[in-house]
Amino acid sequence: VTIRGAAHIAGVFEHPGRTIPDRTTAQLHGEVAVGALADAGLTLGDVDAYFSSGDAPGFGPLSMAEYLGLTGLSYFDSTEVGGSSYVAQVGHAAAAIAAGKCSVALITLAGKPRTGGAPPGGAGRMGSAPEFSFEALYGTSVLTNYAMAAARHMYEFGTTSAQLAEIKVAASTHAQHNPNAFLRDVVTVDEVLDSPMVCDPLHRLDSCVITDGGGAVVVVSPEVARTLDRTAPVVLGHGEAPKHTDNGRIDLTHTGAVWSGPRAFEEAGVTHADIDYASIYDSFTITVLQTIEDLGFCAKGEGGRFVTDGALQAPHGRLPFNTDGGGLCNNHPTNRGGMTKVIEAVRQLRGEAHPNVQVPDCDIALAHGTGGSIGTRHASATLILGREA
Amino acid sequence: MAGQHVPGDLPAPDPVIADDTAPFWEATSEHRLVLPRCTSCSSFIWYPRGFCPRCGSTSVDWEEIAGTGTVYSSAIPRRGQGAYREAAPYVLAYVELDVPGGEGPRIITNVVDGDPETLSIGDRVTVVFHDTDSGHALPRFRRVD
Repeated sequence: VTIRGAAHIAGVFEHPGRTIPDRTTAQLHGEVAVGALADAGLTLGDVDAYFSSGDAPGFGPLSMAEYLGLTGLSYFDSTEVGGSSYVAQVGHAAAAIAAGKCSVALITLAGKPRTGGAPPGGAGRMGSAPEFSFEALYGTSVLTNYAMAAARHMYEFGTTSAQLAEIKVAASTHAQHNPNAFLRDVVTVDEVLDSPMVCDPLHRLDSCVITDGGGAVVVVSPEVARTLDRTAPVVLGHGEAPKHTDNGRIDLTHTGAVWSGPRAFEEAGVTHADIDYASIYDSFTITVLQTIEDLGFCAKGEGGRFVTDGALQAPHGRLPFNTDGGGLCNNHPTNRGGMTKVIEAVRQLRGEAHPNVQVPDCDIALAHGTGGSIGTRHASATLILGREA
Repeated sequence: MAGQHVPGDLPAPDPVIADDTAPFWEATSEHRLVLPRCTSCSSFIWYPRGFCPRCGSTSVDWEEIAGTGTVYSSAIPRRGQGAYREAAPYVLAYVELDVPGGEGPRIITNVVDGDPETLSIGDRVTVVFHDTDSGHALPRFRRVD
């Protein structure tokens, strides 16, 4: 059994706002839901499956189904694995569609870390996590844990801050073309290295932006896709995997992408050479570097060399990535970057990325999410999409 | 997470103690470092809990260890959060503990002596205990030659 070809992404929508004081989080979910459905040529009344994650206010998908007025649901999912949730949920939606459980699946994300509102779900529960007193008491944060992963990668493989900076440079080169991007200035390697150290060895410009906003995608069956006018990229493969501290034996130099990636490639039946564009989760530059290695675009430890010389820059780099500017420059709505990774991959496959960064003849795209912390525990989710069925 | 200030100006927040982690924290009151060890498969368990993630047993003993180890990785936050707001810069580290008969767990902790920027991965460290208001102590580490 496989989901290859079993579902299509018929609609996507990224909220244009990055600082949104005049909307509630629930309203933002509503705006992005309607936006993605309209993009597909569908309405709220067509939705028979709803997927939300920890950012949704209230009682998981129940509160939001009620708020949105969804009345015909036969399937729901509240997968909460941080920013990778939405990449995973496209795979879950495709599996549910393949199993005949539903035919129009709506996935929404929204939140307001800049202008208040309810804190993202999850954070408030961490005090009851069994590991709490063995980590947080020592002053850990998401930043410190990614920094420790970066430090170990540098130690084992000689990766440099300048190599990490190349990732930010590529993202900023793309973001200059995105009028909605939170940061639109092109930066240089030296500017990244000269930015304040926020947690050695990571600089401020190694870190993603913090933005209000959200996004949504609509996953539909092939039968529904055929009735729509919109180009609907097909889901070819999906893989996911958690990685955790493994009873004290954590290896900080790789992510769960070493497991999620091969699963997605195998299901899709494609190879690395087939990938025309990649959305790579970029909470920090080190997240991108490790993921590129773990997905197999280069050998472990070679990521630093791989990302130099414009390899990630669209349209002609070896692996054009994050052409919207990514989480590093464009948008990281409510500290969860997976949704925008899927959305930009769909834009590329439709030929609707900005002309300056549109990859020519983009037939196969990959979107990868990393939720949680690569320094402790996280979920990796890999999605491979095709322009045509 | 208020806690008292300790040498190195790091706070020592009170731990949240569960039934299955109480022996760990009670030992810290006596400045001893103990690890849970599965009575079925003999695995050391980290983080401390009353469940063996290797074999599924809920039967654990508590074994005192030397408290020495090696820095596996480290980072220096320049701005602290919460109880650590005034503490930065400080050193967060994974320290790989020495245990009898093999590789020990890599535990998150602080290395508290000296200039944070002079710490290197691979440095040898030994445990120190920073007392909390609740009468327990946080195991932290200082470098040894």
